[in-house]
Amino acid sequence: MIRLENVSWTLPEGGDIIKNISLTIPKGKLTVVTGPNGGGKTTLAKLIAGLESPSAGRIWFMGQDITDLDVTERARLGISFGFQTPVRFKGLTVQELLEISAGRALDFDALCDLTGKVGLCTVDYVDREVDARLSGGEIKRVEIASVLARGTQVSIFDEPEAGIDMWSFRGLVDVFNELKQEKMTLVIISHQQRLIDVADEILVISDGQVRDQGPRDEVMPGLLAGEIAGYCPVGRKERA
Amino acid sequence: MKIQEVNPVARELLGTVSGWQGAFEGAYNIRQDSGCAGRRSTENIRVESKPDGKPGLEIHVAPGTLDETVYIPAVVTQGDIRDVAYNDFYIGEGARVRIVAGCGVHTSDEGESRHDGIHRFYLGQGSQVHYEEKHVGTGCGEGIRRINPVTECWLAEDASLTMDTSQLGGVSFSERETSATLKARAKLIIRERMLTEGNQEVKSVFNVVLEGEDSGCDLVSRSVARDHSRQHFFSRIVGEARCHGHSACDAILAEKAVVTAAPQLDALSPDAALIHEAAIGKIAGEQILKLRTLGLSEEEAEARIVAGFLK
Repeated sequence: MIRLENVSWTLPEGGDIIKNISLTIPKGKLTVVTGPNGGGKTTLAKLIAGLESPSAGRIWFMGQDITDLDVTERARLGISFGFQTPVRFKGLTVQELLEISAGRALDFDALCDLTGKVGLCTVDYVDREVDARLSGGEIKRVEIASVLARGTQVSIFDEPEAGIDMWSFRGLVDVFNELKQEKMTLVIISHQQRLIDVADEILVISDGQVRDQGPRDEVMPGLLAGEIAGYCPVGRKERA
Repeated sequence: MKIQEVNPVARELLGTVSGWQGAFEGAYNIRQDSGCAGRRSTENIRVESKPDGKPGLEIHVAPGTLDETVYIPAVVTQGDIRDVAYNDFYIGEGARVRIVAGCGVHTSDEGESRHDGIHRFYLGQGSQVHYEEKHVGTGCGEGIRRINPVTECWLAEDASLTMDTSQLGGVSFSERETSATLKARAKLIIRERMLTEGNQEVKSVFNVVLEGEDSGCDLVSRSVARDHSRQHFFSRIVGEARCHGHSACDAILAEKAVVTAAPQLDALSPDAALIHEAAIGKIAGEQILKLRTLGLSEEEAEARIVAGFLK
């Protein structure tokens, strides 16, 4: 589905954040990307969505080289990206943002469906502006809904759990599970055990490199061992 | 009073500034090139020429009038016209009305097309007014399109006035002055939207005196300045008693435009709660990026952000 080939990304002022990564995100699976803070997970997601351009390497989406495509072109091809820190807009309502996402006008039922999935009450929210008056948790849910509204083949979420209360989070896990059943390709950056529990695949990124990748049951023991052992998770090869 | 026919340019302008589609329901006066192109009073709303002979109108709304609308648009449809109108509104106690003003200036030659509208509102106790005012300039002539609205308001106890005012393009120069004095428990809400382009310049001045206990005002100005245009925003809220006052100036800048904002808060009572917020800057890059991740091009994203901001 998505293939990275020797991808690197360097900060403009120097410093390698992503170091020669090659990997494949499988189609129709839920892949959780995890690993220590500052390890390059968000950068990796941004490289896939086109928010950053690699300093080296190629990125492929469904057999097409998308390395030179910009954010808009990749979005139109079918890649969605949910920001870790959602963007606020003065004057744009929740309904308008969701309609931009969906690319069409949404009736009340469609809005209900979307906002309900992220635990927002439609009547209270559709006319609210996506501005500073929304709390951190509220705007995060709107952000997730804006990705869901697109219904694209690939959806990337950067720490969707951040700012969401534990009751709503349970609903969110259900939504990701539903999307998984529908064979959507999901890439979720997360440290949450409950999200890791529903993952098909786990990708561990640490120090700008792939430390491990594979089916959940195969990767989990190493993750837990790494947690006990120390600062950075170890890869299976290193364990062996 | 000689009634003129509404000319084709006026038809366009009236549609834009007041929603006119060949007729108004209820009371109205259409001012065209300093003359009158139609007027009607109703049982509760009297629309009359000023008794002192000055150009303009006196509009009397009977006490207790509920949910009626009066339209008083003014249009200048050619160059070399300087139109001045003094319109006074007397709103009876307990009345609840909507007033649709608005002004369009057009020039297709080198002559200046200008309208100076001086509106005075006297709101009786407990009355509620929703005032809508759209300003627009049109025409391909090189003549200057100038609109200088002056709005003076006096709100009696428990009265409320909501001003929804916008100037979204085409006006070369504009000096907007709005002042208000509020008695006890009176409320003033102002929503101003402005867009300037090319070499346009607009100055907007607000002066609100919260005189009565528990009076309040909320003044929000949002604007977009493009090209080489210039905008100047001045606001002053004076709190003389226990009151709430809030003013906000948000401006988006593009290209070589300039915006200045100078707020002033005068708290003359220890119980006066006054706040001002101002934010001026380019469209945030992350806003454009977010909309691009939803499939919009950079240009589409920018247009959408501006349209929402000025809504």
